[in-house]
Amino acid sequence: MTDILVLKGISKRFIDENTVCQALSDITCTIRRREIVCLMGPSGCGKSTILRILSGLDTADSGVVHGCNGEKTGNIHTAMVFQEHGLFPWLSVADNIAYGLTMKIRSRSREQIKRKVSDLLSLVHMEDFASSLPHQLSGGMKQRVAVARALAVEPEVLLMDEPFSSLDPFTRRELQDEVLRIREKLDTTFFIVTHNPEEAVYLSDRVIILTRRPAKVLKEIEIPQSYPRNMAEPELIALFQEITRLVSTGST
Amino acid sequence: MTRLHTVTKGLVLPVIIIIAWELLSLSIHNSYILPGWELILPVLLHPAESLFGGASLFENSIISLQRVLFGFMFAGAFAIILGLICGWSEPVNEYVNPLVQILRPVPPIAWMPLAIAWFKIGFGSLIFIIFIGAFFPVLISTIEGVRTLRERWLEVAETFDATTWEKFRTVVIPGALPSIWTGLRLAFGVAWMCLVAAEMLPGTSAGLGYLIMYAYNLGQIQVIVAGMIVIGIIGIASDFLFRLGQSRMFGWQGKE
Repeated sequence: MTDILVLKGISKRFIDENTVCQALSDITCTIRRREIVCLMGPSGCGKSTILRILSGLDTADSGVVHGCNGEKTGNIHTAMVFQEHGLFPWLSVADNIAYGLTMKIRSRSREQIKRKVSDLLSLVHMEDFASSLPHQLSGGMKQRVAVARALAVEPEVLLMDEPFSSLDPFTRRELQDEVLRIREKLDTTFFIVTHNPEEAVYLSDRVIILTRRPAKVLKEIEIPQSYPRNMAEPELIALFQEITRLVSTGST
Repeated sequence: MTRLHTVTKGLVLPVIIIIAWELLSLSIHNSYILPGWELILPVLLHPAESLFGGASLFENSIISLQRVLFGFMFAGAFAIILGLICGWSEPVNEYVNPLVQILRPVPPIAWMPLAIAWFKIGFGSLIFIIFIGAFFPVLISTIEGVRTLRERWLEVAETFDATTWEKFRTVVIPGALPSIWTGLRLAFGVAWMCLVAAEMLPGTSAGLGYLIMYAYNLGQIQVIVAGMIVIGIIGIASDFLFRLGQSRMFGWQGKE
């Protein structure tokens, strides 16, 4: 598999009043095309900061991010799904999905946008809600729309920041399966921050675990099982336990 | 059902006051102090009839409404534009805010002498007073609306590579709109009050405020009361329309 995203020696510190807080120190890892990678670590270790750097919302103090052709940060095409409050409440579901496409930088015609939106609506099973407003939807449906909106701009890597953590367990599983299905269909690459080891084991090809801050990569764990996964398998249970231990202790 | 009930509850006190008013007026029996409803109602029920050989109640109301709408729209447009800029740019706000805070507590009617000096008696000076009255509520609500936007919405726009103008157009304006609307609603109420007060000052020759002062000079207290009732009704009707607009357009507010 080809590398789609390479992070080399990423560091980031936040200066707050007089205290300097080193959030990330020397993060180095690689995401490969069509992979689902979960990023885990103790809370407050800077997982979200990594996604923010990749999406262009923050810049790294040092280190480089490059894509498969060696482009620098900013040229790598990503889109982000946030935990919540990401949809525009004044726009209908269809208009929310179209949002990224209406930006000048992408210059799509009205016809192209319409077609794309209707494809995405059916991809996430929201055809019947095209003209609904976000506040009329359940939490799970909102996240489906958020995923569709992010996919609309055809990102090379879809970044997700604890996307399903505010959903109930059944809805969460439904959306996790949705992620697997989308990957099968569109060959999308996913980079997902989660604090749920079960989710990481169920969903990902590989889990990257960070240390406490200043965060470094503590360990990468491959999950070799094929999909769909049966969480009762002893191998997965063992992985689940190992990941839980690594995240909670922050050391090997 | 509940709605009807609320309306009924709201009518209880006015009905009691009307009855008490009538009883008192019967016992006082002096229409210069407390004119009875048998004098007030005919004025209200024939709004198109000429009063004192001049304009009718209806015509005076239309004149007042035209003035208030004109000044209100003028003030609204300016205040929204300035408010969006101040809310968006902290440096601009630092220049503008102190001036706003000094001018805001000055009652609009206190500007009347200057308004007359600058714009002459009549339409111009009245529009100026309405402008002053309506400007600040809209300005302050607009700034507030922009400031309290969810950071997340701007971040979403940014992850989709929105330019500054695109962020402004697609996030800042729609996101601040409910707050701006509230400002407009408050401002209309203030503008309406300012106008009527300004019309009562010497020099004006039409409008509800003028009608009230003119009736006072002629000792026609029932016309004063009728004018006050019309002022109140127009006030409550405009407020109702603003609130209707609010629930139609911004049903998402507080539920996002």
